[in-house]
Amino acid sequence: MVGIITYGVYIPRYRIKVEEIAKVWGANAADISGGLGVFEKSVPDLDEDAATIAVEAARNALLRRTINPQEIGAVYVGSESHPYAVKPTACTVGEAIGATPNMTAADYEFACKAGTAAIQTCMGLVKSKMITYGLAIGSDVSQGAPSDALEYTAAAGGAAFLIGRDDPIATIHHTCSFTTDTPDFWRREGQDYPRHGGRFTGEPGYFKHVEGASRLLFEQTGKSPKDFTYAVFHQPNAKFPQKVAKTLGFTPEKIKPGLVVPRLGNTYSGASPIGLAATLDIAEPGDTIFVCSFGSGAGGDAFDIEVTDAIKSDKFRRSAAPSVEDLMKNPIYLDYARYAVHKGKIVMQL
Amino acid sequence: MRDVAVIGIGCTTFGEKWSTGFRELFIEAGALALEDAQLSGERIDAMYIGNMSAGRFIEQEHIGALIADYAGLATHHIPSTRVEAACASGGLAFRQAVIAVASGMEDIVVAAGVEKMTDVEPGASTDTLTGAADREWEGFVGATFPGLYAMIAQDYMHRYPLTREQLAQVAVKNHYNGARNPIAQYQQEITIETVMKSTMVADPLRLFDCSPITDGAAAVIVAPLDRAREFTDTPIKVLASAQASDTITLHDRRDISTLDATVAAGQKAFRMAKLTHKDIDMVEVHDCFSIAEICAIEDLGFCRKGTAGKFTADGETALGGKIPVNTSGGLKACGHPVGATGIKQVYEIVKQIRNDAGKRQIDGADIGMTHNVGGTGATAVVHILRRA
Amino acid sequence: MIGTKCETCHRHFFPPRSFCPDCRRNGRIVDHKFAGFGTIITYTVIHTANEQFEAFTPYVLAIVKLDEGPRMTAQVVCRPDEVKIGMRVKSVFRRIATDGESGIIHYGTKFVPTG
Repeated sequence: MVGIITYGVYIPRYRIKVEEIAKVWGANAADISGGLGVFEKSVPDLDEDAATIAVEAARNALLRRTINPQEIGAVYVGSESHPYAVKPTACTVGEAIGATPNMTAADYEFACKAGTAAIQTCMGLVKSKMITYGLAIGSDVSQGAPSDALEYTAAAGGAAFLIGRDDPIATIHHTCSFTTDTPDFWRREGQDYPRHGGRFTGEPGYFKHVEGASRLLFEQTGKSPKDFTYAVFHQPNAKFPQKVAKTLGFTPEKIKPGLVVPRLGNTYSGASPIGLAATLDIAEPGDTIFVCSFGSGAGGDAFDIEVTDAIKSDKFRRSAAPSVEDLMKNPIYLDYARYAVHKGKIVMQL
Repeated sequence: MRDVAVIGIGCTTFGEKWSTGFRELFIEAGALALEDAQLSGERIDAMYIGNMSAGRFIEQEHIGALIADYAGLATHHIPSTRVEAACASGGLAFRQAVIAVASGMEDIVVAAGVEKMTDVEPGASTDTLTGAADREWEGFVGATFPGLYAMIAQDYMHRYPLTREQLAQVAVKNHYNGARNPIAQYQQEITIETVMKSTMVADPLRLFDCSPITDGAAAVIVAPLDRAREFTDTPIKVLASAQASDTITLHDRRDISTLDATVAAGQKAFRMAKLTHKDIDMVEVHDCFSIAEICAIEDLGFCRKGTAGKFTADGETALGGKIPVNTSGGLKACGHPVGATGIKQVYEIVKQIRNDAGKRQIDGADIGMTHNVGGTGATAVVHILRRA
Repeated sequence: MIGTKCETCHRHFFPPRSFCPDCRRNGRIVDHKFAGFGTIITYTVIHTANEQFEAFTPYVLAIVKLDEGPRMTAQVVCRPDEVKIGMRVKSVFRRIATDGESGIIHYGTKFVPTG
């Protein structure tokens, strides 16, 4: 049975409030928070990036379960803020967790769903017995252009999932995807900030693909929202996942544990993965979790997951690594000036 | 083994010498030394030149050859060797010269030190100095040279009764002496307040706790003692020459606040000279930072561990004190052209013993000691000299 | 944190050494994975940094004694007023420096307070 063997999350300690950003641009914070359902977002430290976040998330995953890292046969890191355009983050992660050299690796990019795409690939390699364990990570230190709507939500964080066959804490019964060529949000090579189509990112973007992937999964599995204890959707803001949940037929309580965006912001490739991790943090054996990510460009990956008894067994030490809630505690707030330095918006000339 | 004596000395002024290049610095010091010894250049048998980092400061290696050439001695084919031990390069060059003469291998040998530090930006200068520490395990992770000594200061102040004001007094005393030394980079006296108000460099060390970036050169000439009077009326006998090493990283030291290399070299030197610290009339120690002088006077045995702060504040290391330390102004006020410092220290002791130290003269100066350190204490070189 | 250990004298090394300084030729060096926990022995707050680190000042530099024995020099990610001699810390993976805008990114070990 292919599934999640262990998982780990990392979120940087710094935050900036929506009202702090709004103040700089003369915008109305209450309107923005009201519209997006987001109040603050995470900010990376000066010495953090998508690679350091990916490594910490992976190490946290390995703290929870005794795995020989040499048995990890593949590492894939999905991000839209890889530190290098050429030289995979996955190699740095592989080295940092002791999985090298007998493994394959590559970096993924598919806007916010690069992390879940990595999970799918690992499932295939594990299921076909090409590898014993595969590590899939979604990690980002996403950028929003100054004063753009995205600046209020583009956040930093990541989650890592170790996929395998032996005694998973959660079985992934099924996955499927819905993909089209849709320019709802993009960033050209060499550009600092992404651009987007405004309201076009809604219906033709997020909703079409999330609904498309979700309905495809229901069709292929014969399941429906009532069969799931929890649901996790990609969360660029709080409104979109709430709306799509309602459209598909999931009740608000089901998406609550996995809805981290109000206090975290949108961690892009880390968003659905962190939402799934937050749900696994509180899940019990037998709970079923529906996940559907969304990546601009565009596509959605849907998953049918069932938590097993192993999550409560001695083999899995959930408290050995910080939970999403733990990582949300004791944040350090920045003003816009320090935030700009942290995000490289103001750079010293050396 | 023959006895060795210093027969001639020369030193440039130390400071930001914008118009003087590397070669010119050496020639100036060398010429002064030769004149002092009434010696003609062709009589030199060998040269040892202390220089830490010409490769980084002026992109020049092969210093031994360059200096010999510029001094007009290359065509006489004299052996010329560059000696490097970071900030102890000068002291080490002197030691090599002493060994060459003592062994009978050479007769008249020049020991010089030269550093030209102002041809690069300050940032490049401080980065180069970080090479005196362990680049991979200290510099690479963000340590700076002052940062390493600051960690020594934090450890020392955590364990012993040293106050910030007592630490500042080291710099105040050295500036007082420097103001009486014509070659010193800084000619102005300062107060404790000057130190305490200066920019923080690495807590607790402030700008005025740190030796400056300096250009300068110094040269001394050594010869067998039994021939010294051919050249000078005031030969200075080298009673002891000792050198010791220790771990290069600060984190691998046995005791962060004790430079074991200084202890080892100091003890060896006293043994060789058959003397104790009580016999020393003045000592030039390696005060690259104020805390370094505090550790040095304890590690050389002039006062007990943990008492150097009070010892300094009580004036015992001042010109009129029990053991005058750094009458030249030390690295702090005289300046620290890295490779030249060790030779300047010998120059100062010789000036004192010859009764030629002007306003900073110590009465009855007879036996002096020099102490030159590389990095945060990975190399220490100690010499003892007396009137012959 | 993969360092080394000498099987002859049981001394641990981080940063790793390939030659035991105590046993020298009698030493047998093997890899050793460190737990990453340690105590601050001494520290400073760097205000004037070398070029590569100028953007980070003021930052805390410390000598950390790892629980397994060896001491190492590293930055500590905390407020300058938080650091104390004797403080317990654990290792984290961070960006140390870059070779300019187009050069290699150097990753390495820093520490954070465990408390």
